[in-house]
Amino acid sequence: MAAEPLASSPRAAALVLGFHPGRARTVLATLLVLFALAVTLFMTYDLKGSLDYALELRGRKVAGMALVGFAVAYSSVLFHTATHNRILTPSLMGFDSLYVLIQTLAAYFLGTAEFLQIDVRLRYGLEVLAMIGFAMLLYRWLLGRGDRDVYVLVLVGIIMGTVFSNLTELVMRMIDPNEFTQLQDRLFANFSTVNQDLLVVSAITVGLVTIASWPMLSRLDVVALGREHATNLGVDHDQLVRRALFVVAILVSVSTALVGPVAFLGLLVANLSYQLTGTFRHRYTVPAAGLLGMLALVGGQFVLQEFLEFQTRLSIIISFAGGIYFIYLLYREARR
Amino acid sequence: MTEARAAGRGGAAAPSRLAGWFQALDGRALTVGSLALLLVTAFGSLFIGVSSVTPLDVLRLDNSDHQMRVFVESRVPRLAAILLAGSAMSVAGLIMQTLVRNRFVAPSTAGTVSSASLGLVAATIWFGSASIFLKMSIAVVFAMAGTLLFLVLVQRMRHPDIIVVPLVGIMFGGVMQAITTFFAFKYDLLQSLNAWTNGDFSGTLRGRYELLYLVGGLTVVTYLFANRFTLVGMGREFAVNLGVHYERVLYGGLCLVSFVSAVVVVVVGAIPYLGLIVPNLVTMAMGDNLRRVLPATAIGGAFFVLACDIISRTIRYPYEVPVGSVVGVGGGFVFIILVLRARSLGR
Repeated sequence: MAAEPLASSPRAAALVLGFHPGRARTVLATLLVLFALAVTLFMTYDLKGSLDYALELRGRKVAGMALVGFAVAYSSVLFHTATHNRILTPSLMGFDSLYVLIQTLAAYFLGTAEFLQIDVRLRYGLEVLAMIGFAMLLYRWLLGRGDRDVYVLVLVGIIMGTVFSNLTELVMRMIDPNEFTQLQDRLFANFSTVNQDLLVVSAITVGLVTIASWPMLSRLDVVALGREHATNLGVDHDQLVRRALFVVAILVSVSTALVGPVAFLGLLVANLSYQLTGTFRHRYTVPAAGLLGMLALVGGQFVLQEFLEFQTRLSIIISFAGGIYFIYLLYREARR
Repeated sequence: MTEARAAGRGGAAAPSRLAGWFQALDGRALTVGSLALLLVTAFGSLFIGVSSVTPLDVLRLDNSDHQMRVFVESRVPRLAAILLAGSAMSVAGLIMQTLVRNRFVAPSTAGTVSSASLGLVAATIWFGSASIFLKMSIAVVFAMAGTLLFLVLVQRMRHPDIIVVPLVGIMFGGVMQAITTFFAFKYDLLQSLNAWTNGDFSGTLRGRYELLYLVGGLTVVTYLFANRFTLVGMGREFAVNLGVHYERVLYGGLCLVSFVSAVVVVVVGAIPYLGLIVPNLVTMAMGDNLRRVLPATAIGGAFFVLACDIISRTIRYPYEVPVGSVVGVGGGFVFIILVLRARSLGR
């Protein structure tokens, strides 16, 4: 097997040379229209009763899902670039399980009552800080040595995720059962019950992080060419990778706090966006992936609740499709 | 034995310090020693629990006694279930890694376990509260079908690599699990599903675990066929040349593995990575001769589950923690170390 079977560098270079900005712009415009359509449908379809109340309720749901969709997509694209491959995503590396574990550990050591009394924003801030610290440590341990094979990383990452969730399960059992139910209601959200307390804080966080990291995107195009090319072209590869992972840690914390772990969504939308836009330029792939993520969640949830009457959960469908797509990726890449 | 070991693992088993120590010991002494350790721990475990039972209470042999009833109805069945499930799953993993020729392939990384739980959900939907035998049979069929499907997936790979194969298996298991959750959600069976996916011995009582004796019997049967499994593991041509019916042994072996996995899932629930790490650790220490390592694997598996169960009983005394979570944490760490080690030794 080649040293870097999933490396995006040669392909990235080829695609940049034959890149048509017109196509990427059309894709972006189409996705934007589709997303607007999905939001409109979600907000207005079958509206009954008190208009203000219904609109507010639905608006919060849409906002939550859009935030999560964008955060997951953006973090996955950044992670792909930082790790020079197209199959590793933060959630496959167990980052979101790590966030849930940190949250549970905090509740255990501080005591449930005390934990829940801390101001939501402060708690959130501390958890994000801990998350950044641990994610960086994990990254240095696993990726610090450049010679590691991508498949080994994925396998280790997946096992790590199950270790984190089993540890969470253990810590949860250590907490008093009565206190635990209280905690569960507050901490563990899903798509149907987006964590409302955190909506505003999350929106501000994602907004700030995105604005702050946007200028980095064009230099990340260079990072995607590989460490040597990047250094030759005068870009500080390692520093940019560290910054990208910093952003990833924050975004993963935001999305996990809002709806819990979402496996595979990032993998699906990031790869779809590369395919649709036909480029590896972050200025196009990031918005495209973000729109796809938001569209998948808002559109998917709409179809689910209006036409399938909640017969299933969005996360089940995502992990079904994502698992199959992942196997397909493994086959395609391993064939070379 | 050292030559066979190096050849069997594609040269991956460079002698480590640990393996060196163990090889200095006679394999038989090691097996007997670990058996003694297992027996002592097993005896001790009978007296761990919320109601205080001492060896003296048992010696009084008074059947109307509360302590005696706890002992007979709960403690002894629990111990038996632990020993049977632990040894059977480890041996099943050993057989599987030999047959598929990849040491990271085990029932939990080949979709066998998740297919079995899909079978259980299907059986519950189709037949409601049918007899446990019917449910078990359907689970066995599903486990078998899932394992075969995985095998087809592996055979179609151009480079079945030691890391990529279990990765495909875990993902395949994930897809199976998504399908299972889909139906469990739709038919309101999520709670039962949780019991099947997270191994737990706290509900093991007399009358609820006896199916496991079947599995124990099968483990003995595998010992009789051990040499044939070894030959099949050496590849089709080699096995056929030596007069082994390749397909029959291969599919028979996988059938056996599926059966064991399905029964363990039905009775105690899934115990993650058990069938993977125990055979790996034992073969690291004792080499690859299946017949020689099989008893040690059975003992090692039983001991590992017993130790984890004792932790799960005492860590939050008087409450219990599911043993699956304890194994998941410990086993997961061992698996990670094994993967990183396999890679640093080269393929």
